[in-house]
Amino acid sequence: MTVAEQTEKQLTIALAGNPNAGKTSIFNHITGTRQKVGNWPGVTVEKKEGHVRKEGRDLRIVDLPGTYSLTPFSIEEIVARNYILDENPDVVVVIIDASNLERSLYLATQIRELDCRVVFALNMADVARTRGIKIDADKLAELLDLPVVFTVGNKNEGIDALLRKAIELAESDHTPHQQRKVKYNKDLEKAIAAVQKVVVADLGDELPYAARWTAIKLVEDDKIVKERLLEKPTELSRQAFEEAARQRQLLMERFDEEPEILTTDERYGFIAGIIKEVHMTAIQQRVDISRNIDLVLTNRFVGFPIFILFIWAMFQATFTFGEYPVAFIETLVGGLSSGVNSILPDSLFKDLILNGVIAGVGSVIVFLPNILILFFCIAIFEDTGYMSRSAFLMDKIMHLIGLHGKSFIPMLMGFGCTVPAIMATRTLESEKDRILTILITPFMSCSAKLPVYIVLAGTFFGARAGTVIFSIYILGIILSIVTGRLFRSTLLKGVDAPFVMELPPYRVPMVKSLLIHMWDRSRIFLKKMGKIILLGSIVIWALTAFPRHVNFSMDYDAEIQGAIQKYDAYRPVSGKEMQQGLEARRDQEVNSLKAHKAAERIEQSYIGRLGKWVTPVFEPIGIDWRGGVALLTGFVAKEIVVSTMGVLYAVDDEPDALERALASSTLTPLAAFSMMVFVLLYLPCLSTVAAIRRETGSYKWMTFSIVYTTSVAWVVSFIVYQGGRLLGYA
Amino acid sequence: MRKSIYVFLMKGYSMLMSEMREGDSATVVKIGGNGALRRRIQEMGVLKGTRIQVEKYAPLKDPLELIVKGCHISLRVEEAAQIKVEVSG
Repeated sequence: MTVAEQTEKQLTIALAGNPNAGKTSIFNHITGTRQKVGNWPGVTVEKKEGHVRKEGRDLRIVDLPGTYSLTPFSIEEIVARNYILDENPDVVVVIIDASNLERSLYLATQIRELDCRVVFALNMADVARTRGIKIDADKLAELLDLPVVFTVGNKNEGIDALLRKAIELAESDHTPHQQRKVKYNKDLEKAIAAVQKVVVADLGDELPYAARWTAIKLVEDDKIVKERLLEKPTELSRQAFEEAARQRQLLMERFDEEPEILTTDERYGFIAGIIKEVHMTAIQQRVDISRNIDLVLTNRFVGFPIFILFIWAMFQATFTFGEYPVAFIETLVGGLSSGVNSILPDSLFKDLILNGVIAGVGSVIVFLPNILILFFCIAIFEDTGYMSRSAFLMDKIMHLIGLHGKSFIPMLMGFGCTVPAIMATRTLESEKDRILTILITPFMSCSAKLPVYIVLAGTFFGARAGTVIFSIYILGIILSIVTGRLFRSTLLKGVDAPFVMELPPYRVPMVKSLLIHMWDRSRIFLKKMGKIILLGSIVIWALTAFPRHVNFSMDYDAEIQGAIQKYDAYRPVSGKEMQQGLEARRDQEVNSLKAHKAAERIEQSYIGRLGKWVTPVFEPIGIDWRGGVALLTGFVAKEIVVSTMGVLYAVDDEPDALERALASSTLTPLAAFSMMVFVLLYLPCLSTVAAIRRETGSYKWMTFSIVYTTSVAWVVSFIVYQGGRLLGYA
Repeated sequence: MRKSIYVFLMKGYSMLMSEMREGDSATVVKIGGNGALRRRIQEMGVLKGTRIQVEKYAPLKDPLELIVKGCHISLRVEEAAQIKVEVSG
């Protein structure tokens, strides 16, 4: 603890509000770039925090997930509510969207029920005014007994005043008046009072929350509160539960509605009363630019073509413009490794640095430009409000696979690179949808697998190569649909989360917020991927580099020496042109010897032995030990499959050498097709596995994904290979 | 003109929200469906007695877009089929 922190208390301010209410822009304006992005413990909901100094005090600003309510239906709602209940922030700032007063107040009412100090940020009142909505802020402050500050989040107005009010409130001894709370109808109040009596009598000091609030939640049959009470001596909470169940029964008989529906109605009734006094509306409808934009963008005829155009543009930007910086980074990595090559003497350590660390980490760093551009594009989609329109357009199709409309963009991105695709699932609100999308995205054939297809299909299928590769892509899509439907009805079963979704008005995005968005996600990519990739690359390198001493079938070094001497012997007696021919032949012979040496080396390395050891697994699907080793090394990155095959088939640097070697090998077109199928489906690359681990927040789903994809790959390849043989293809 | 005739003929007639056509307005009479759906719909401001207007259907006829108190909300047709409405002017 520093001296400053000892002398003054740090104040915690939590920001709460509806999605699209402008919470993020207010948070960004308060904290700027000094924010920390992580996950809430145990769940994959993004947690943002920032520290600032204002008015001589240390402020810790916590951005709660954007929600419409605090009912414990979604993880976001549970996270937000538990934070306020358990961490007791000094002040909760509720961001009220002035043009959506009623809905904003619904969340605010629930937050006020939690007995915390609340400040309202009446946001975007200027926009509301142009739409004919006027709000009497003084009256609102008086009615709810809390400070109200006008803010315009995207123009950075009113933020200082908001923080000043928050600090003032935090340091006052203000407590909300009981009579400013929601008063429920007579029957509900009776039920609440009855439950409250039992709760206080039985649990008393053991009670984790305020008695009235606990009673209301028990009447609403709130599962989280019940779980929390069960942690206390069970005998005591059981009586409270029984009383709550009895009261619920009574209410249901009387109103023919579940009590939680009744309380929602009552809260809206309370809000309607407030709105009548503070709200002056001239028009009800949104006859504005946003609506006109939607007439085009979600139009029956041009909606889809425009959507496809946008997606195409995003892909172009990501993978075409991304190419230039990629080439630049590749040059840098190349320069670094040749620099290291010339500085360090030949040694095991040098080999580790060059072929393990630089090659492995370099292969991930080159994705960075693509990732930055992609996340920038997604940030534009999100911040303008187009993301929810794309979900609106695609939902019908995606719903057939049991997914949400928003799953489309991550899946589509999977054709480029699975890592950002999996990270893009963050835009999905329901955890089930997120996990399902993560599980099927690896079946979208990523661009790194294309070189493998090109080599194999190009060698064995000639003119039909294009069709064969296309069929592989289609196979991936079919399997993702099958998987989606299968998991939706088994593993991830349960009631579909309601689709009910807001289509917020279109907004011009702020560059600052776009950049923060982009950088947040890219930083996570770099940090986490970096560690795992580094480790994985070193492991694969070690398997390839050890054991150091290999018993070669012949003395290659002596052979190479011999070849050089043989040609050198001719040199003095031949003319200049002949000498060039001789040199070319000498180099060819030396390279061939070197390639054979490398092939033998890798054959006897641990990974080569591993490859031979797993041959029985690969044999039924038509893949020999060389293919097996190549596939194993492909775990680091799929492109490596090609280069490993190059090494194993002892090809030299000439173009098409691998194709010629493959064509003259024992591999048949059927086996090549089977191998392509396997490459399409089998375990995702190391970076993807790391991304799955991170985004699902569990090793369980990561392991599941590895096992599932690999089993599917084997089974499908087996059917292809053995079925093909039965049908007479070889 | 066509619209006013429609309203004249249909006024007070109750139907499912999923049966409404683009541009129709109605008042919510009853919200059915499971608890999660009902509460989510209520949280978005669709309550008994709320006036809603169907702005449009998606190009593939599902989901649909509603205007509720000036906000635009989309929900699936199967979800809209849980909501009973009464045609109003």
